[in-house]
Amino acid sequence: MSAAKNINITLKIWRQKNSKAKGNLETYKLNDVSTASSFLEMLDQLNEQLINDKIEPIAFDHDCREGICGMCSLYINGRAHGPDTGITTCQLHMRMFKDGDTIFVEPWRSRAFPVIKDLVVDRSAFDRIQQAGGFVSVNTSGNTIDANATPIAKDDADKAFMAAACIGCGACVATCKNGSAMLFVGAKVSQYALLPQGKVEATNRVLNMVRQMDEEGFGNCTNTGACEVECPKGISLENIARMNREYLKASVK
Amino acid sequence: MKLDSKIPEGHISQKWTDYKDHLKLVAPNNRPKIDIIVVGTGLAGASAAASLGEMGYNVKAFCFQDSPRRAHSIAAQGGINAAKNYQNDGDSIFRLFYDTIKGGDYRAREANVHRLAEVSGNIIDQCVAQGVPFARDYGGLLDNRSFGGTQVQRTFYAAGQTGQQLLLGAYSALSRQIGLGRVKMFNRHEMLDLVKVDGKARGIIARNLVTGELERHSAHAVVIASGGYGNVYFLSTNAMGSNVTAGWKIHKQGALFANPCFVQIHPTCIPVHGTNQAKLTLMSESLRNSGRIWVPKKKEDAEAIRAGKLKPTQLAEEDRDYFLERRYPAFGNLVPRDVASRAAKERCDAGHGIEANDTNEGVYLDFSTEIQNKGKQAAYAQGNHNPSAEEVTKLGKAWLEEKYGNLFTMYQKITDENPYETPMKIYPAVHYTMGGVWVDYNLQSTIPGCFVAGEANFSDHGANRLGASALMQGLADGYFVLPYTVSNYLADEIRTGKISTDLPEFSEAENRVKDSIDKFLNNKGSKSVDHFHKRLGLIMWNKVGMGRNEAGLKEAITEITALKEEFYRDVNVPGNADELNPQLEKALRVADFIDLGQLMAMDALQRNESCGGHFREEYQDAEGETLRDDENFSFVGAWEYKGDDITKEELHKEELKYEFIKIAARNYK
Amino acid sequence: MAKSALLKSSIAKKYWMALTGLFLCLFLAGHLAGNLQLIFGDALQFNKYALFMTSNPAVKLLSYVTYISILFHAVDGFMLTYQNVKARPVGYAKSNPGANSSFSSRNMAILGTLILVFIVTHMVNFWAKMHFDKNMPLQTITVEAMGQKQDLYLTTNEGYLPVQQVAKSYDEATKSGLQTYIENRTEFYNTQAKVKVGEGYKDLHKITVAFFKDAKYGLIATILYVIAMAVLAFHLLHGFQSAFQSLGLNNPNWTPKIKFFGTAFAIVVPLLFAIIPVYIHFFLK
Repeated sequence: MSAAKNINITLKIWRQKNSKAKGNLETYKLNDVSTASSFLEMLDQLNEQLINDKIEPIAFDHDCREGICGMCSLYINGRAHGPDTGITTCQLHMRMFKDGDTIFVEPWRSRAFPVIKDLVVDRSAFDRIQQAGGFVSVNTSGNTIDANATPIAKDDADKAFMAAACIGCGACVATCKNGSAMLFVGAKVSQYALLPQGKVEATNRVLNMVRQMDEEGFGNCTNTGACEVECPKGISLENIARMNREYLKASVK
Repeated sequence: MKLDSKIPEGHISQKWTDYKDHLKLVAPNNRPKIDIIVVGTGLAGASAAASLGEMGYNVKAFCFQDSPRRAHSIAAQGGINAAKNYQNDGDSIFRLFYDTIKGGDYRAREANVHRLAEVSGNIIDQCVAQGVPFARDYGGLLDNRSFGGTQVQRTFYAAGQTGQQLLLGAYSALSRQIGLGRVKMFNRHEMLDLVKVDGKARGIIARNLVTGELERHSAHAVVIASGGYGNVYFLSTNAMGSNVTAGWKIHKQGALFANPCFVQIHPTCIPVHGTNQAKLTLMSESLRNSGRIWVPKKKEDAEAIRAGKLKPTQLAEEDRDYFLERRYPAFGNLVPRDVASRAAKERCDAGHGIEANDTNEGVYLDFSTEIQNKGKQAAYAQGNHNPSAEEVTKLGKAWLEEKYGNLFTMYQKITDENPYETPMKIYPAVHYTMGGVWVDYNLQSTIPGCFVAGEANFSDHGANRLGASALMQGLADGYFVLPYTVSNYLADEIRTGKISTDLPEFSEAENRVKDSIDKFLNNKGSKSVDHFHKRLGLIMWNKVGMGRNEAGLKEAITEITALKEEFYRDVNVPGNADELNPQLEKALRVADFIDLGQLMAMDALQRNESCGGHFREEYQDAEGETLRDDENFSFVGAWEYKGDDITKEELHKEELKYEFIKIAARNYK
Repeated sequence: MAKSALLKSSIAKKYWMALTGLFLCLFLAGHLAGNLQLIFGDALQFNKYALFMTSNPAVKLLSYVTYISILFHAVDGFMLTYQNVKARPVGYAKSNPGANSSFSSRNMAILGTLILVFIVTHMVNFWAKMHFDKNMPLQTITVEAMGQKQDLYLTTNEGYLPVQQVAKSYDEATKSGLQTYIENRTEFYNTQAKVKVGEGYKDLHKITVAFFKDAKYGLIATILYVIAMAVLAFHLLHGFQSAFQSLGLNNPNWTPKIKFFGTAFAIVVPLLFAIIPVYIHFFLK
């Protein structure tokens, strides 16, 4: 392990009382941050300092802290999940920063993700897209065919898995200059499009999910590819292309 | 109180089938008249809510996260067991049943575990039908791997993200029901109390975490699937929000809490790095398929490594102590979790730890042997029968990357070390809690109408859970058990009609919650909630952790009483009740952790034996193995709440009868 | 039942952007082939080409498709951009988009708007003159015979008409007594019989050369043209391969090839376009 050391930093953090209030960037100084700390542990440390100073601590979303629940967000120094790729904010470590750095911390910005408080946003739009068609309509009786009854080519299964690895964090929306949710929706559509189980409902699924996506107020995809770069799980743009194909297929049916 | 586990009569392999066939049903036209509350949307909660919604009940589901998909089941890495015997290595339902009972050190109920093994195959069928992308081989069929405590390959997986894929499968089923209007979802809501009317569970008080509003929700049955309580240790592999509050509130309302001292310490986690650390990260148990665990044989080498003067790769083979292979030749690195954890602790306590942290706690998980083996295999498979050392290494690393790439990347991101080049450093960390709310065979607690599923109940894993069994249990409970047993209970509720939330019981419960919130906010103490949580964690880890003894446990009980008093006197909870207030949420959770921590110590103290994850230092053999006392402790210890002073809780015992498995010393040698 | 929305949905809008965009790429290639005759052909060849482009019915049809494509591409683009701006009402205080996306991909709307402005001025300068300008000159050649220079109109049936013998209009012809006059800007008529005897070529070549060689504005026109082509290059750099992605054509095998071709197209086509005015301004005698 490269030896951990302590650094002093300045933070510019978005504070907003609630969804209706107007927010602004506040500046905080934080000393003795271990470079072995994760970014969120640094925020814990800041909150501890704020509580002791009788300042209201900063609200931010986080839960599993191992990069899989998708709860943590944060736009750090102009990038979703901060200045590293293939990780979530909870996996970002302070060794990525230098002593004396000023770090901007902002919430995801999207009309479809309104700010609830400080750095916390409402991502339920993703849930509603999923509810519109992100499933296979099979009852949970367990009385389905045997799991090995339908062989699925390894390549398809692997691709479906890679699409399904999406954690729904919303970094794609946050980073996209258009606030588009196509990578998220494309990944879900792809997962099912690649598997025989999903084929039956493929037409309705893609039409319904895209309709819901549009209704939520996400922007349009202009293929900048930013989402793919910032996606903590490296979801490929191929999934958006596949959704485009699926939508075309469904539309001309 | 007499504990009735309601285990049906008959042969073990027929119990569930026969029982199911005779359970009462609710007709489809009556189901929409019945409300069910499900708290928690992990594997158990989401699958239960989806299944019950699909049957036609009105379901209300609650989660404190911003989406049901975030529940901590998502973090399970390695896999899910099922007795499919696809690999033709002699697996069967009985063997899975047997392995689970044995793995749990004979402290689980036979009937429950057998049912679990019976439905395990259905889970895989169901998940595949839902589009869960399990790993497959080149023939397009499902792949399996091996896990600790078993000698067959029965673990289904999706890279290192099996929990995620299964949860997203359950979430998709749940989403479908939400879309259809059969389930109403309450995100960012936390259950803060149970409402009982005439002794039955009739609703909950939930706090809308965004607005702070206290809401009353009524139902004919309440299902608690809120997960485990590992966060009582502050540092654990649990999510930051994982808490015991739902389980503890029903405990306070009369549900017994069983085996709280049974905690699983997972052997392969990334060691602690500093005092501001908030969370420990698990490295999947599947890594033990390929990694060898060792520490330096000589203490001086360990010291040199800690001081940074020696690199692990410089240490000669004969200077390494592969202590699991040495002590447990039959299972080697794949011994059950409790055994592996204790062995690591034993070595570190003896001064062989390699991590340069406060406690020197860390051991190596080394992949170099596997790189050579798999590299050679891969070379041969490519027709290269005389590969150079570099070729072998390269191919071996490629094999590892394909199998564990994401885990290796995660490790590197966190520690800044490359595990392909240097061994991983690992150390045990709190991971899973076998204990939980006591439930009968129907998964019903001692409160009628209050069911508990998944990690939140105590039922299936005894004193130690085998790897890849938690996912199995969560989904079994939610998909295949609760739909039957909850319906059986509700069959008598079809005439009840809508339950009013204006009943006095609802106001009383709401007032209880309101009072505790006000108390915290008006306390204006001097220390943060985390301050107390960390102190509780230290007491728990040091005295109710991997090694426990009578003196330590007694100290822990006293210290927690003092801590509790100080907490209520001096905690500082900023902010208001009517807004998003994470500190308030934490305070309410930590209050319950403090109570539970004390109960865990009491439970550990009464259990004068060592079994599974519960290791009492007084009860070990000459080789340091656990000494179980089947004569006196073959029971489930279920505690009854007796008021604010936890030390007054009363212990009830449910005898464990083994009719189909011969009890034996657990031997992995 | 789910309904598709082939005009309204976000994805369908992208199909139209892609289809019109790719069609316009084809148009560019054709247009370039024509323009290159300014360098590699003579004036007559170029003007013949210009006549063909304005008179052939198939080409006419194609040109209408082109106009519609440009309009659709622009209107659709504006609508998408409007929605995209609306999708993020509050922006970031600090943003580092360079870390994850290319300049052109982020600025398609601005680049496109500049190109639209260019297209409008370009059409005013050349297309409108060609189509509507009453004073559009007809192509002539100068021959020197017997020590005397004489200007001759070239006719489409490969004939010649001395310029001095052609009146600008019927009225002028009757006044001056010339045997031939020009009707409908390009047609030569016999004054007595009022019968068409031939047709001249509009001299687009001359207009073009004059435009870029203009003593006052030629240099600036050349520079602006080159800049416009640079803008076009950036637009194509993203737009070409992006169109394939929008249409769902992305696979590990073909995408790298498409990207390579797209990059080459985006560089070569605007470059060749840009060389022409530079050549005219600086090198054409």
